[in-house]
Amino acid sequence: MGDAKPAANAPSRAILEKIFRTAYKIRVFETEGIKLYRQGLIRGYFHPYLGQEGIATGVCAALKEGDYIASTHRGHGHCIAWGADVNKMVAELLQKETGYCKGYGGSMHIADIKTGNLGANGIVGAGIPLGVGAALANQVRGSDAVTVTFTSDGASNNGTFMESLNLAAIWDLKFILVVENNQYAVSTKIEESTRETDLYKRGLAIGVESHQVDGNDPLAVYRMTQDAVETCRNGKGPVLIEAVTFRHMGHHVNDPGKYMPEDKLAFYKERDPVDRARSALKEMTTIADAEITAIEAEIAAEFASAVEFAVASPEVSAESFAAFAANY
Amino acid sequence: MRELMYREALREALDEEMAREPSVFIIGEGIAERGGSYKVTEGLLAKYGPGRVRDTPIAEAGMIGVGVGAAIAGARPVVEILYVDFAMLGMDMIVNQAAKFRLMTGGEGRVPFIMRTQGGAGGGVAAQHSQSLEALFYHIPGLRVVMPSSPADAKGLLKYALRQDDPVMFLEHKHLYMTKGMVPDGEHIVEFGKGDIKRAGSDVTVIAWSNMIPRTLEAAEELAAEGISVEVIDPRTLVPLDREMILRSVAKTRRCVIVQEANRRGGVASDISSIIMEEAFWHLDAPVGIVAGLDVPIPFNLALEQASVPQKPGIKAAIRHALHLKPVALAAE
Repeated sequence: MGDAKPAANAPSRAILEKIFRTAYKIRVFETEGIKLYRQGLIRGYFHPYLGQEGIATGVCAALKEGDYIASTHRGHGHCIAWGADVNKMVAELLQKETGYCKGYGGSMHIADIKTGNLGANGIVGAGIPLGVGAALANQVRGSDAVTVTFTSDGASNNGTFMESLNLAAIWDLKFILVVENNQYAVSTKIEESTRETDLYKRGLAIGVESHQVDGNDPLAVYRMTQDAVETCRNGKGPVLIEAVTFRHMGHHVNDPGKYMPEDKLAFYKERDPVDRARSALKEMTTIADAEITAIEAEIAAEFASAVEFAVASPEVSAESFAAFAANY
Repeated sequence: MRELMYREALREALDEEMAREPSVFIIGEGIAERGGSYKVTEGLLAKYGPGRVRDTPIAEAGMIGVGVGAAIAGARPVVEILYVDFAMLGMDMIVNQAAKFRLMTGGEGRVPFIMRTQGGAGGGVAAQHSQSLEALFYHIPGLRVVMPSSPADAKGLLKYALRQDDPVMFLEHKHLYMTKGMVPDGEHIVEFGKGDIKRAGSDVTVIAWSNMIPRTLEAAEELAAEGISVEVIDPRTLVPLDREMILRSVAKTRRCVIVQEANRRGGVASDISSIIMEEAFWHLDAPVGIVAGLDVPIPFNLALEQASVPQKPGIKAAIRHALHLKPVALAAE
């Protein structure tokens, strides 16, 4: 397509650039974060979003200020796509006082209520009722805010999945359930977890508008979410979106993921969501290669500066924790 | 002051707080048109409409979780769970979500979520509908545990619950809904962590809560006729616990008996006893006594059901024991 003019219904340069920036930022955060983990700067769990960047990126690009998201244990990507402050994210991973949760939460619990980020969650499936609850609160308040819960194929076999989606359905809530089907529940492949691997059909069974999308195509995810948001704002929600994807590595940084077949991994790596975001930006706009290189350098520098910020940040204070604990 | 039933007092609290704060809403099974199994929410649907008084499917994990999510997002939901036994289906939402959110977010996130439910034995509803499970919630840091024994306390505590920002396990008792008591006119709020002396006395302190309060008061009345002066203390909220009131009373009477309907093992009474041993040991003239349910599921048969939870004779016997009265008195009971 070269530098051809975008089609009438094509996303704007601003949106395409935003999508690429977000996807790339998540890629850098996870790749560099894993290095910090290997250096011993990060302890505990770290579940990389590598390979799934297209989903958070595409979904959040279709939301607006005032909307809500709820995330999973694999939540860094959702936070970044939601516009989180990378300084505060890295500081949290480095268990510092300046982190999103003052070092009390860690990787699996980053939240930012003020901006409508209901948080990552260490319990698979738990974000679904929490998101439906936020949507219910917004309906009671008469707000037109839309709530998205990111969840997974792993969560789809948990009772909360159907219980909560059903509540959203009977109450016509402005709620979008994004099922990131990365085809593994930790290490158990989806074919061993369910007979029906097309997870969007779960929504159809209870009268919820449901779709399947290529989760490695950030633009397709963006467009589908735009439609879902419109459906919700028109009072016709909820909507379920199943986004099919694949992890680039095991369940967490210390899981080599040997159970993931190499050919399948190669298939999805050829359809890498960050590459596709970059290609879309290049093909659908007149952006110069040098500009893209500059964006990448800027994002890398932002992460490096976040690490500096986090390393230089004060350790948590035992005194302030004692004062906090007195609330209990 | 007016005389109200416990359930009427609860309804008044909900009504007043719904009128005051538009983000208060109620969800539960059969609570809208039907007004709830115990008639607590009767009339609220007509007054506040289907947006704020909603029936739910039978999906406890979902409805508790949705309540927690709504609270995190800044509303003030009340989730009515028919029996505390059924709350077990929603324990992840209570224990892993509601209780921990404030800490996990470094204090930024708050969860003004209320689960209203009821427990207790005595209705012939057998093992899965009769439990007293407060110890489970008491054990989890982050939850407030409220167990009102009177209409006035029920109203005042529920109103307070709807104005504070932590998750509340509001545990009613199935045998208290129809009981009556005087409730102050006008705004009546009971702060958490403030116990109440239900009967002043000087010989022995008896700590009890929920349905064990009326039972203990009857026992105290009968013992008064024998010249024994019993002080009956109701902490009203187990978390936070009014330690000060307990320790002050124990320092005065030098003897203490704790009565709980829940089975004994790992119970709240044992923990309160440990607090007294640690903080007031040198005031004591007798070991702290505990009257508690048997460590067995509640059976259906009436005689066995009664044998499984504390009854008046057992309470009186424990009080006499704390006063070193002869076992003869026990035998005569």
